Amino acid sequence: MAEIIEQEGKQKGGKKKAKKHSVHIDMTPMVDLMCLLITFFMLTTVFSRAKVMEITMPEKKDANDKTDAPKISADRTMNILITGDDKIYYYYGLADAKKLPLPQLIETNYSKDGIRKILIEKNKNVYDAVKDLKTKVEKGQLKLSDSALNAQIKQIKKDDKTSPIVLIKSDDKAKYKNFVDIIDEMAISNIANYAPVDMDPIEKQMIATYKK
Amino acid sequence: MPKIKLPVKSPHIDMTPMVDLFSLLLTFFMLTATFKTPEAAPIDSPNSVSEKKAPESDLITVLVSKDGKIFLNFDNGRDTAAKIRENVFKHIGEQYKLNITNGDVKQFNKEASFGMPANKILPWLRTENSEAKKDFQVGIPYDSLNNEFNMWIRLIRVENPNAEVAIKGDANADLKAVKRVIDILQENQVNKFNLITNLAKKEEGKDEKEANK
Repeated sequence: MAEIIEQEGKQKGGKKKAKKHSVHIDMTPMVDLMCLLITFFMLTTVFSRAKVMEITMPEKKDANDKTDAPKISADRTMNILITGDDKIYYYYGLADAKKLPLPQLIETNYSKDGIRKILIEKNKNVYDAVKDLKTKVEKGQLKLSDSALNAQIKQIKKDDKTSPIVLIKSDDKAKYKNFVDIIDEMAISNIANYAPVDMDPIEKQMIATYKK
Repeated sequence: MPKIKLPVKSPHIDMTPMVDLFSLLLTFFMLTATFKTPEAAPIDSPNSVSEKKAPESDLITVLVSKDGKIFLNFDNGRDTAAKIRENVFKHIGEQYKLNITNGDVKQFNKEASFGMPANKILPWLRTENSEAKKDFQVGIPYDSLNNEFNMWIRLIRVENPNAEVAIKGDANADLKAVKRVIDILQENQVNKFNLITNLAKKEEGKDEKEANK
Protein backbone atom coordinates (compact mmCIF):
# COMPACT_ATOMS: atom_id res chain seq x y z
CA MET A 1 0.00 0.00 0.00
CA ALA A 2 2.09 2.80 -1.18
CA GLU A 3 0.42 6.09 -1.54
CA ILE A 4 1.72 8.97 -3.45
CA ILE A 5 1.15 12.48 -2.31
CA GLU A 6 1.62 14.97 -4.95
CA GLN A 7 3.40 18.08 -4.04
CA GLU A 8 2.50 21.10 -5.91
CA GLY A 9 5.66 22.81 -6.88
CA LYS A 10 5.73 26.39 -7.87
CA GLN A 11 5.76 26.67 -11.54
CA LYS A 12 7.95 29.38 -12.85
CA GLY A 13 7.99 30.46 -16.39
CA GLY A 14 7.09 28.20 -19.15
CA LYS A 15 9.55 25.47 -18.23
CA LYS A 16 7.95 22.21 -17.39
CA LYS A 17 9.42 20.53 -14.34
CA ALA A 18 8.87 16.95 -13.45
CA LYS A 19 6.56 16.72 -10.48
CA LYS A 20 8.24 15.71 -7.25
CA HIS A 21 6.80 12.69 -5.54
CA SER A 22 7.37 11.82 -1.91
CA VAL A 23 6.65 8.18 -1.40
CA HIS A 24 5.07 6.94 1.80
CA ILE A 25 5.13 3.26 2.40
CA ASP A 26 2.81 1.82 4.96
CA MET A 27 5.17 0.00 7.24
CA THR A 28 2.64 -1.41 9.70
CA PRO A 29 2.64 -5.05 8.48
CA MET A 30 6.41 -5.05 8.42
CA VAL A 31 6.57 -3.72 11.95
CA ASP A 32 4.05 -6.32 13.07
CA LEU A 33 6.12 -9.10 11.63
CA MET A 34 9.31 -7.76 13.16
CA CYS A 35 7.69 -7.52 16.57
CA LEU A 36 6.69 -11.14 16.36
CA LEU A 37 10.11 -12.27 15.24
CA ILE A 38 11.88 -10.30 17.96
CA THR A 39 9.62 -11.76 20.62
CA PHE A 40 10.26 -15.24 19.26
CA PHE A 41 14.02 -14.89 19.24
CA MET A 42 14.15 -13.23 22.62
CA LEU A 43 12.16 -15.99 24.25
CA THR A 44 14.05 -18.81 22.60
CA THR A 45 17.45 -17.42 23.54
CA VAL A 46 16.48 -16.93 27.16
CA PHE A 47 14.88 -20.31 27.73
CA SER A 48 17.14 -22.54 25.71
CA ARG A 49 19.80 -23.05 28.36
CA ALA A 50 19.37 -26.24 30.30
CA LYS A 51 19.02 -26.30 34.05
CA VAL A 52 21.54 -28.39 35.92
CA MET A 53 21.98 -29.84 39.33
CA GLU A 54 25.51 -29.92 40.64
CA ILE A 55 26.88 -32.93 42.39
CA THR A 56 30.37 -33.61 43.62
CA MET A 57 31.30 -37.23 44.02
CA PRO A 58 33.72 -38.42 46.69
CA GLU A 59 37.11 -38.95 45.16
CA LYS A 60 37.97 -42.49 44.17
CA LYS A 61 40.42 -44.10 46.51
CA ASP A 62 43.63 -45.21 44.98
CA ALA A 63 44.22 -48.95 45.34
CA ASN A 64 47.67 -48.21 46.79
CA ASP A 65 46.32 -45.68 49.24
CA LYS A 66 46.33 -47.38 52.62
CA THR A 67 44.69 -44.59 54.61
CA ASP A 68 41.29 -45.39 56.00
CA ALA A 69 38.15 -43.71 54.77
CA PRO A 70 37.26 -40.73 56.98
CA LYS A 71 35.34 -41.87 60.02
CA ILE A 72 31.89 -40.45 60.45
CA SER A 73 29.99 -40.68 63.68
CA ALA A 74 27.38 -43.42 63.60
CA ASP A 75 24.70 -41.48 65.46
CA ARG A 76 24.61 -38.76 62.82
CA THR A 77 24.59 -41.17 59.91
CA MET A 78 21.46 -41.80 57.97
CA ASN A 79 21.49 -44.36 55.20
CA ILE A 80 19.08 -44.12 52.33
CA LEU A 81 18.79 -47.22 50.20
CA ILE A 82 17.18 -46.73 46.82
CA THR A 83 16.01 -49.71 44.86
CA GLY A 84 13.65 -50.66 42.03
CA ASP A 85 9.89 -50.03 41.88
CA ASP A 86 10.39 -46.51 43.32
CA LYS A 87 11.00 -47.87 46.78
CA ILE A 88 13.25 -46.29 49.40
CA TYR A 89 14.40 -47.72 52.69
CA TYR A 90 16.34 -45.93 55.34
CA TYR A 91 18.02 -46.68 58.62
CA TYR A 92 20.18 -44.84 61.11
CA GLY A 93 23.66 -45.75 62.20
CA LEU A 94 25.85 -48.38 60.65
CA ALA A 95 25.00 -51.85 59.50
CA ASP A 96 27.77 -54.24 60.38
CA ALA A 97 27.48 -57.99 59.93
CA LYS A 98 29.72 -58.52 62.97
CA LYS A 99 27.68 -56.33 65.27
CA LEU A 100 24.21 -57.73 65.69
CA PRO A 101 21.43 -56.78 65.87
CA LEU A 102 21.22 -54.98 62.55
CA PRO A 103 19.57 -51.57 62.55
CA GLN A 104 15.87 -51.48 61.77
CA LEU A 105 15.03 -50.78 58.14
CA ILE A 106 12.08 -48.49 57.45
CA GLU A 107 10.30 -48.22 54.11
CA THR A 108 9.12 -44.89 52.72
CA ASN A 109 8.38 -43.23 49.38
CA TYR A 110 9.23 -40.17 47.29
CA SER A 111 6.14 -38.15 48.15
CA LYS A 112 6.44 -35.00 50.22
CA ASP A 113 5.06 -36.82 53.26
CA GLY A 114 7.57 -39.58 52.77
CA ILE A 115 11.29 -39.09 52.71
CA ARG A 116 11.10 -35.28 52.65
CA LYS A 117 9.26 -35.08 55.95
CA ILE A 118 11.82 -37.34 57.57
CA LEU A 119 14.77 -35.43 56.19
CA ILE A 120 13.37 -32.05 57.22
CA GLU A 121 12.62 -33.43 60.67
CA LYS A 122 16.18 -34.73 61.02
CA ASN A 123 17.64 -31.48 59.72
CA LYS A 124 15.26 -29.21 61.61
CA ASN A 125 17.83 -26.81 63.06
CA VAL A 126 19.42 -25.99 59.75
CA TYR A 127 16.20 -26.09 57.77
CA ASP A 128 14.48 -23.61 60.09
CA ALA A 129 17.48 -21.33 60.27
CA VAL A 130 17.78 -21.17 56.50
CA LYS A 131 14.03 -20.67 56.11
CA ASP A 132 14.07 -17.85 58.65
CA LEU A 133 16.89 -16.12 56.86
CA LYS A 134 15.18 -16.45 53.50
CA THR A 135 11.84 -15.09 54.69
CA LYS A 136 13.61 -12.15 56.33
CA VAL A 137 15.30 -11.32 53.06
CA GLU A 138 12.07 -11.75 51.12
CA LYS A 139 10.16 -9.44 53.43
CA GLY A 140 12.91 -6.85 53.21
CA GLN A 141 13.83 -6.91 56.90
CA LEU A 142 17.33 -7.91 55.95
CA LYS A 143 19.13 -6.59 52.97
CA LEU A 144 21.52 -9.11 51.54
CA SER A 145 22.90 -9.69 48.12
CA ASP A 146 22.45 -13.13 46.63
CA SER A 147 26.06 -14.07 47.18
CA ALA A 148 25.99 -12.84 50.79
CA LEU A 149 22.82 -14.83 51.40
CA ASN A 150 24.39 -17.97 49.95
CA ALA A 151 27.50 -17.43 52.07
CA GLN A 152 25.35 -17.14 55.20
CA ILE A 153 23.40 -20.28 54.33
CA LYS A 154 26.69 -22.07 53.82
CA GLN A 155 27.87 -20.85 57.22
CA ILE A 156 24.70 -22.09 58.91
CA LYS A 157 25.19 -25.50 57.35
CA LYS A 158 28.81 -25.55 58.38
CA ASP A 159 28.24 -24.48 61.97
CA ASP A 160 25.60 -27.06 62.69
CA LYS A 161 26.97 -30.13 64.36
CA THR A 162 23.77 -32.15 64.64
CA SER A 163 22.60 -32.29 61.03
CA PRO A 164 22.49 -35.77 59.53
CA ILE A 165 25.17 -37.17 57.29
CA VAL A 166 23.30 -38.94 54.55
CA LEU A 167 24.72 -41.85 52.62
CA ILE A 168 22.82 -42.54 49.44
CA LYS A 169 23.12 -46.12 48.38
CA SER A 170 21.58 -47.66 45.34
CA ASP A 171 21.38 -51.13 43.89
CA ASP A 172 21.21 -52.24 40.27
CA LYS A 173 17.44 -51.99 40.02
CA ALA A 174 17.24 -48.29 40.84
CA LYS A 175 16.43 -45.83 38.07
CA TYR A 176 18.31 -42.64 37.36
CA LYS A 177 15.17 -40.68 38.20
CA ASN A 178 15.24 -42.04 41.76
CA PHE A 179 18.79 -40.84 42.25
CA VAL A 180 18.00 -37.36 40.96
CA ASP A 181 14.94 -37.23 43.19
CA ILE A 182 16.97 -38.06 46.28
CA ILE A 183 19.66 -35.49 45.49
CA ASP A 184 16.85 -33.03 44.94
CA GLU A 185 15.39 -33.84 48.36
CA MET A 186 18.78 -33.05 49.86
CA ALA A 187 18.64 -29.61 48.27
CA ILE A 188 15.05 -29.04 49.43
CA SER A 189 15.74 -30.03 53.02
CA ASN A 190 19.07 -28.13 53.05
CA ILE A 191 21.19 -31.11 53.95
CA ALA A 192 24.82 -30.24 53.44
CA ASN A 193 26.50 -33.56 54.05
CA TYR A 194 25.56 -36.32 51.68
CA ALA A 195 27.42 -38.68 49.45
CA PRO A 196 26.41 -41.31 46.92
CA VAL A 197 28.20 -44.53 47.83
CA ASP A 198 27.96 -48.16 46.84
CA MET A 199 25.57 -50.48 48.56
CA ASP A 200 27.04 -53.09 50.87
CA PRO A 201 26.05 -56.75 50.47
CA ILE A 202 24.72 -56.67 54.01
CA GLU A 203 22.30 -53.91 53.03
CA LYS A 204 21.07 -55.86 50.03
CA GLN A 205 20.42 -58.69 52.41
CA MET A 206 18.53 -56.36 54.74
CA ILE A 207 16.26 -55.28 51.88
CA ALA A 208 15.73 -58.88 50.86
CA THR A 209 14.75 -59.92 54.38
CA TYR A 210 12.53 -56.86 54.74
CA LYS A 211 10.48 -57.90 51.78
CA LYS A 212 9.69 -61.28 53.29
CA MET B 1 -22.36 31.31 13.12
CA PRO B 2 -21.31 28.52 10.88
CA LYS B 3 -18.96 26.03 12.36
CA ILE B 4 -15.43 26.03 11.14
CA LYS B 5 -14.75 22.78 9.39
CA LEU B 6 -11.33 21.44 10.03
CA PRO B 7 -9.86 19.57 7.14
CA VAL B 8 -9.71 15.86 7.91
CA LYS B 9 -6.14 14.63 7.79
CA SER B 10 -5.06 11.06 8.10
CA PRO B 11 -2.26 11.08 10.68
CA HIS B 12 0.99 9.68 9.46
CA ILE B 13 3.53 8.58 11.98
CA ASP B 14 7.03 8.26 10.78
CA MET B 15 7.93 4.72 11.66
CA THR B 16 11.39 4.72 10.16
CA PRO B 17 13.37 5.07 13.45
CA MET B 18 11.27 2.36 15.03
CA VAL B 19 11.81 0.06 12.12
CA ASP B 20 15.52 0.79 12.27
CA LEU B 21 15.65 -0.16 15.90
CA PHE B 22 13.60 -3.27 15.33
CA SER B 23 15.83 -4.45 12.54
CA LEU B 24 18.86 -3.98 14.74
CA LEU B 25 17.31 -5.94 17.56
CA LEU B 26 16.12 -8.64 15.21
CA THR B 27 19.54 -9.03 13.66
CA PHE B 28 21.12 -9.19 17.10
CA PHE B 29 18.80 -11.87 18.40
CA MET B 30 18.98 -13.88 15.22
CA LEU B 31 22.75 -13.92 15.28
CA THR B 32 23.04 -14.76 18.96
CA ALA B 33 20.38 -17.47 18.82
CA THR B 34 21.91 -20.90 18.90
CA PHE B 35 19.68 -23.44 17.37
CA LYS B 36 19.07 -26.67 19.12
CA THR B 37 20.75 -29.38 17.19
CA PRO B 38 18.87 -32.66 17.10
CA GLU B 39 20.11 -35.07 19.70
CA ALA B 40 21.35 -38.55 18.97
CA ALA B 41 18.61 -40.13 21.04
CA PRO B 42 15.38 -38.88 22.56
CA ILE B 43 16.02 -38.19 26.22
CA ASP B 44 13.45 -37.27 28.79
CA SER B 45 15.33 -35.73 31.71
CA PRO B 46 14.06 -36.01 35.26
CA ASN B 47 12.74 -33.01 37.18
CA SER B 48 14.43 -31.13 39.96
CA VAL B 49 14.07 -27.81 41.75
CA SER B 50 17.56 -26.68 40.81
CA GLU B 51 17.63 -23.37 38.97
CA LYS B 52 21.30 -23.30 38.17
CA LYS B 53 22.06 -22.92 34.51
CA ALA B 54 24.42 -25.09 32.55
CA PRO B 55 27.75 -23.55 31.58
CA GLU B 56 27.68 -22.17 28.06
CA SER B 57 31.00 -23.41 26.87
CA ASP B 58 33.71 -25.86 27.91
CA LEU B 59 31.12 -28.52 28.35
CA ILE B 60 31.24 -32.24 27.73
CA THR B 61 27.72 -33.61 27.57
CA VAL B 62 27.20 -37.30 28.13
CA LEU B 63 23.78 -38.52 27.15
CA VAL B 64 22.47 -41.71 28.67
CA SER B 65 19.43 -43.04 26.86
CA LYS B 66 16.62 -45.10 28.32
CA ASP B 67 18.19 -48.38 27.20
CA GLY B 68 21.60 -47.54 28.64
CA LYS B 69 23.32 -46.41 25.45
CA ILE B 70 25.64 -43.46 25.76
CA PHE B 71 26.28 -40.58 23.42
CA LEU B 72 28.76 -37.78 23.62
CA ASN B 73 28.92 -34.15 22.68
CA PHE B 74 31.63 -31.63 23.40
CA ASP B 75 32.27 -28.09 22.27
CA ASN B 76 35.24 -26.15 21.11
CA GLY B 77 35.62 -24.28 24.37
CA ARG B 78 35.80 -20.58 24.96
CA ASP B 79 38.65 -20.08 22.59
CA THR B 80 37.40 -21.51 19.32
CA ALA B 81 40.86 -21.16 17.80
CA ALA B 82 41.95 -24.09 19.94
CA LYS B 83 39.98 -26.44 17.65
CA ILE B 84 39.36 -28.93 20.42
CA ARG B 85 36.77 -30.92 18.50
CA GLU B 86 39.02 -31.24 15.52
CA ASN B 87 42.06 -32.29 17.53
CA VAL B 88 40.18 -34.86 19.56
CA PHE B 89 38.72 -36.33 16.40
CA LYS B 90 42.16 -36.55 14.80
CA HIS B 91 43.58 -38.26 17.90
CA ILE B 92 40.75 -40.76 17.83
CA GLY B 93 41.62 -41.36 14.20
CA GLU B 94 45.22 -42.11 15.11
CA GLN B 95 44.18 -44.31 17.99
CA TYR B 96 41.81 -46.47 15.96
CA LYS B 97 43.70 -46.20 12.67
CA LEU B 98 41.09 -44.37 10.66
CA ASN B 99 41.83 -42.63 7.38
CA ILE B 100 40.37 -39.24 8.17
CA THR B 101 40.10 -36.78 5.30
CA ASN B 102 39.70 -33.01 5.64
CA GLY B 103 36.07 -33.40 4.57
CA ASP B 104 35.47 -35.76 7.49
CA VAL B 105 36.93 -33.24 9.95
CA LYS B 106 34.69 -30.52 8.58
CA GLN B 107 31.65 -32.76 8.78
CA PHE B 108 32.54 -33.79 12.35
CA ASN B 109 32.66 -30.13 13.36
CA LYS B 110 29.13 -29.68 12.08
CA GLU B 111 27.67 -32.61 13.97
CA ALA B 112 26.39 -32.39 17.53
CA SER B 113 25.99 -35.44 19.74
CA PHE B 114 27.12 -38.78 18.43
CA GLY B 115 27.45 -42.32 19.66
CA MET B 116 28.91 -45.19 17.70
CA PRO B 117 31.94 -47.44 17.81
CA ALA B 118 35.07 -45.79 16.40
CA ASN B 119 35.10 -47.94 13.26
CA LYS B 120 31.62 -46.68 12.34
CA ILE B 121 32.41 -42.96 12.62
CA LEU B 122 33.65 -42.47 9.08
CA PRO B 123 30.72 -44.24 7.40
CA TRP B 124 28.42 -42.16 9.63
CA LEU B 125 30.10 -38.89 8.66
CA ARG B 126 30.04 -39.80 4.98
CA THR B 127 26.36 -40.70 4.92
CA GLU B 128 24.31 -37.83 3.59
CA ASN B 129 20.79 -39.07 4.21
CA SER B 130 19.70 -37.90 7.66
CA GLU B 131 17.40 -40.89 8.13
CA ALA B 132 20.17 -43.33 7.33
CA LYS B 133 22.46 -41.40 9.66
CA LYS B 134 20.22 -42.10 12.60
CA ASP B 135 20.79 -45.84 12.23
CA PHE B 136 24.45 -45.35 13.05
CA GLN B 137 23.69 -43.94 16.50
CA VAL B 138 24.03 -47.13 18.51
CA GLY B 139 25.97 -45.76 21.48
CA ILE B 140 29.65 -45.60 22.33
CA PRO B 141 30.97 -48.88 23.73
CA TYR B 142 31.87 -48.49 27.40
CA ASP B 143 32.29 -52.00 28.71
CA SER B 144 35.61 -53.00 30.20
CA LEU B 145 36.71 -54.97 27.12
CA ASN B 146 36.26 -52.15 24.67
CA ASN B 147 36.12 -48.90 26.56
CA GLU B 148 36.06 -46.35 23.75
CA PHE B 149 34.17 -43.92 25.93
CA ASN B 150 37.12 -43.78 28.30
CA MET B 151 39.40 -43.00 25.34
CA TRP B 152 37.17 -40.15 24.18
CA ILE B 153 37.01 -38.64 27.65
CA ARG B 154 40.74 -38.93 28.16
CA LEU B 155 41.49 -37.23 24.84
CA ILE B 156 38.97 -34.44 25.47
CA ARG B 157 40.38 -33.86 28.94
CA VAL B 158 43.89 -33.60 27.52
CA GLU B 159 42.77 -31.11 24.89
CA ASN B 160 40.52 -29.13 27.17
CA PRO B 161 41.41 -29.48 30.88
CA ASN B 162 38.79 -26.88 31.85
CA ALA B 163 35.87 -28.81 30.45
CA GLU B 164 33.05 -29.52 32.84
CA VAL B 165 30.95 -32.62 32.49
CA ALA B 166 27.19 -32.57 32.20
CA ILE B 167 25.25 -35.80 32.33
CA LYS B 168 21.91 -35.86 30.60
CA GLY B 169 20.25 -39.07 31.57
CA ASP B 170 16.80 -40.33 30.76
CA ALA B 171 14.54 -40.46 33.81
CA ASN B 172 13.97 -44.17 33.25
CA ALA B 173 17.55 -45.11 32.48
CA ASP B 174 19.11 -47.60 34.84
CA LEU B 175 21.13 -45.91 37.55
CA LYS B 176 23.69 -48.65 36.97
CA ALA B 177 24.51 -47.25 33.52
CA VAL B 178 24.81 -43.70 34.86
CA LYS B 179 27.01 -44.94 37.70
CA ARG B 180 29.25 -46.73 35.23
CA VAL B 181 29.59 -43.46 33.29
CA ILE B 182 30.41 -41.60 36.50
CA ASP B 183 32.98 -44.26 37.40
CA ILE B 184 34.73 -43.91 34.06
CA LEU B 185 34.72 -40.13 34.43
CA GLN B 186 36.16 -40.38 37.92
CA GLU B 187 38.96 -42.52 36.56
CA ASN B 188 39.75 -39.45 34.47
CA GLN B 189 39.80 -37.20 37.53
CA VAL B 190 36.38 -35.68 36.97
CA ASN B 191 34.66 -35.43 40.34
CA LYS B 192 32.17 -32.67 39.74
CA PHE B 193 29.12 -33.34 37.62
CA ASN B 194 26.26 -31.30 36.33
CA LEU B 195 23.12 -33.38 36.04
CA ILE B 196 20.84 -31.86 33.44
CA THR B 197 17.27 -31.73 34.70
CA ASN B 198 14.00 -30.07 33.85
CA LEU B 199 12.82 -27.41 36.21
CA ALA B 200 10.00 -28.70 38.37
CA LYS B 201 7.41 -26.13 39.37
CA LYS B 202 8.21 -24.72 42.80
CA GLU B 203 7.12 -27.58 44.98
CA GLU B 204 8.90 -26.25 48.01
CA GLY B 205 6.97 -23.00 48.10
CA LYS B 206 3.70 -24.87 47.81
CA ASP B 207 4.58 -27.06 50.74
CA GLU B 208 5.47 -24.13 52.89
CA LYS B 209 2.17 -22.50 52.16
CA GLU B 210 0.35 -25.66 53.11
CA ALA B 211 2.36 -25.93 56.29
CA ASN B 212 1.45 -22.37 57.23
CA LYS B 213 -2.27 -22.99 57.02
